[in-house]
Amino acid sequence: MRKLIFLFIVAFAFASCSEEVIVNPEIKEVDTGVNPDEWVKVPAGEFFYNMHAHVDTIANDYEIMITDVTNKQYAKFMNEAVAKGVIKIDGDSIKGHHDGDKFDGYLHEWEIPAGEYLLMPFGEPGSHIKLVDGKFVVDKGFDNHPVVMVTWFGAKAYADFYGYRLPFEKEWAKAARGTDKRAYPWGDEIDGSYTNYGSSRNAIQKLLGGNIARTTPVGYFNGNKYEDFQTKDNRSPYGLYDMAGNVWQWVGDDYPDVHYRYMRGGSFTNYEYNLFVWARNSAGPDFYSINIGFRCARDVKEEAAPVVNDTTAVSDTIVIEIEEKINE
Amino acid sequence: MNRYKYLFTSTKGLILTAISLIAIVTAIFNTLSGPMVEWGIRDITVKLLGMDLNPEERAGRIIMLYHTIAMAVVAIEVYMMTSIIPMRKHEQRNINMLVTIGYMTAMVFGLGFAYWGHNFTFHGLFLVGQSLVFFAGVMLAVALNPWKKEYYVTDKDFAHFKSGMDMERMAFFVMVVAMLISAGFGAVTGSFWSNGHETFLAEDLIRNPHKTHLQKSIIGHLHIMLTLIAVAITLVVGRWLKFKGIFHKIAMPFMIVGTIVIAGGVWSVVWTHMAHTFIYIGSVGVMLAAFMLVIFSWKKLIHDNSIELGYENPNIFQKLKALLSDPIKFGPTWQMVFMNFTVSGIGIFMAIKLEKIFRVWPAREERITLTGHWHILAALIATIIIMYYVDIVGLKGKVRKWFGWILIIGSDFAFASMTIFSMKKLFIPQDVAQQKLVNTTMLLTDFGLGAILVSLAIFLGWKLFDLFQADGLWKKEAEHAELDVERTSDPVLNIKRDNEFNTEGGEK
Repeated sequence: MRKLIFLFIVAFAFASCSEEVIVNPEIKEVDTGVNPDEWVKVPAGEFFYNMHAHVDTIANDYEIMITDVTNKQYAKFMNEAVAKGVIKIDGDSIKGHHDGDKFDGYLHEWEIPAGEYLLMPFGEPGSHIKLVDGKFVVDKGFDNHPVVMVTWFGAKAYADFYGYRLPFEKEWAKAARGTDKRAYPWGDEIDGSYTNYGSSRNAIQKLLGGNIARTTPVGYFNGNKYEDFQTKDNRSPYGLYDMAGNVWQWVGDDYPDVHYRYMRGGSFTNYEYNLFVWARNSAGPDFYSINIGFRCARDVKEEAAPVVNDTTAVSDTIVIEIEEKINE
Repeated sequence: MNRYKYLFTSTKGLILTAISLIAIVTAIFNTLSGPMVEWGIRDITVKLLGMDLNPEERAGRIIMLYHTIAMAVVAIEVYMMTSIIPMRKHEQRNINMLVTIGYMTAMVFGLGFAYWGHNFTFHGLFLVGQSLVFFAGVMLAVALNPWKKEYYVTDKDFAHFKSGMDMERMAFFVMVVAMLISAGFGAVTGSFWSNGHETFLAEDLIRNPHKTHLQKSIIGHLHIMLTLIAVAITLVVGRWLKFKGIFHKIAMPFMIVGTIVIAGGVWSVVWTHMAHTFIYIGSVGVMLAAFMLVIFSWKKLIHDNSIELGYENPNIFQKLKALLSDPIKFGPTWQMVFMNFTVSGIGIFMAIKLEKIFRVWPAREERITLTGHWHILAALIATIIIMYYVDIVGLKGKVRKWFGWILIIGSDFAFASMTIFSMKKLFIPQDVAQQKLVNTTMLLTDFGLGAILVSLAIFLGWKLFDLFQADGLWKKEAEHAELDVERTSDPVLNIKRDNEFNTEGGEK
């Protein structure tokens, strides 16, 4: 009996560890009603930064995309940029130029000199953008999902191409949290109806037809009901969707003494503590994964898009919060 | 002797009380994270117990939870030490009393502060509890003074200096002093809380190029405290398994020097980048000492059990059978060997391949490996403590074998699975292909841990049932207060004064 149990466990372990790759190329298309081309303005001013909620300031107004960059947007970028010769296809990947980082020679720091760097591999399991007859196309059903398998170089190349930039960490944090001390962009509570994260995957897989954990369309959690799945609105105080969960988002900072680039927001593979507005992740700028994407920011132009949310109430809140802090 | 005296004054009862409290705390707080959240169990716990889980304070809560459990584990080791190392009865009594009040105060008020609002009186009492544990440690160091002549070895088969000074006692003494200093690194930093120092989890700082002295101090503190807890249990297990002879004589100098070097190395992390060099050298010393214990105990188990099994000249298979015939005594040293694959080996591999592998991965993946390896070390130490306690209470026959093998196989499956899970990118670089591995390792981990926890629950249930018996086993345990070990020195023989030392339960 004991031998049988042992053999069963060993056989089970070996059978389960087979390297079967599930690419899941087609899923159900879902219209969330959210426009990924929309931007919102985040006003300059004070906010509570990171876990210990220190009062910090952002000097200028800026705009930020209300959703992550989608596969459709990124495929469009690649088609346009390749046509203009800004980026190039190199075997099974897309590469682009990076001017290099300032190298400080600090412990564990890698030198990243100017050169051609990987923006995105294509044809790799997990990527939903394929090269077909010289054109980049998106797998069926994934048009409005966040682009993944994109390196920091790839995110920056997209932003540069359109005259945008990646948001700095502080900009990202303020856009996610607003001006109070909330833990998640929508408040202090979390469950599977707010966002796509480690504890919600079962419900989402069932709806989308996938059989492994993966992304949801951008803006999916907006209060709509999909079949029998009622979502809650996960917008941040400034109206940004998916600032916690779905995919990690590259941010733009290049800090001294490290070569890492940082990510915010947590992803569909993570437990809730990775989704706190102060949670942080990092990797080399050439790293890519099925749960890493990005969104862009830009400086405010005079003809900026209208602000989605009224921030007056939020501004009042911060005044009270700061006063309370001073009194403490 | 009544039940109260058994549970709160006798060595065996005190160990049972501490194990039970840790089990209760683990059972409750285990429901607040991981898959328990998905299954909705956390919400039930929070609602039922009226907990207040502010997300901003998660790091602080976890730190206090770790401390409350660690204090109880330290208390168990103290009870074991005060019983197996010769010392005066009043010293044993005072140390045990102080450490008991200390860990219980820290546990009750620490958890009260962290999880049920923030009553700062509770926080103060949490500090009082920890301070009492610290002072119990000071008293233990004084009691362990190896220079006292009455504690010189009486059997030259034990490692000793030329003068006759007991090297094992010295190893215990060095470990306790190192632990007291290391506790200071945490306490001093803690005293700056809200005054230049902010709560953090060490794993969140791994890639910060610049850490403050206080942050480095905490990182050193948490590493060395767990290491010293491991050193302590290794020494205790050595005494339990009657460690002596040539292997003991080789091991103890390594243990003493290793402990000093490793502790010094960890403390120096606050000021120098060279700390890891010292830590590696010290680790080699400590691990060699543990290796000597493994060789000794396996040889002894094979020898003793072969006689019991009736093998005159055992062949290799009979030797193996003899080695494995008592899982409760084989288990502790096996776990020390296994620890090399899931903790030390991983640590060394990570250090060697840090730049090429682990720092290429996202920080959150590196973080899982880091937190995984020290959770595994802590849990392995817990299994060793449980095995010793099971032996102390005299579990026999098939139940002993089943319990022992469930502990060994369950924990090893769980921790091997956790190790593979934490390093999944090494085996399957493509993220999209990892799901099956994740599912399997998670399942095996749950299976292994579940088996251990259920067995432990049954065992503790039996002990609870026994406590309700008027003439239960607890009475016999209370009457034979001290742990039954061969002590390295006999102060009664050395100074010819009986009834003053804690030697009545042990072999002479």
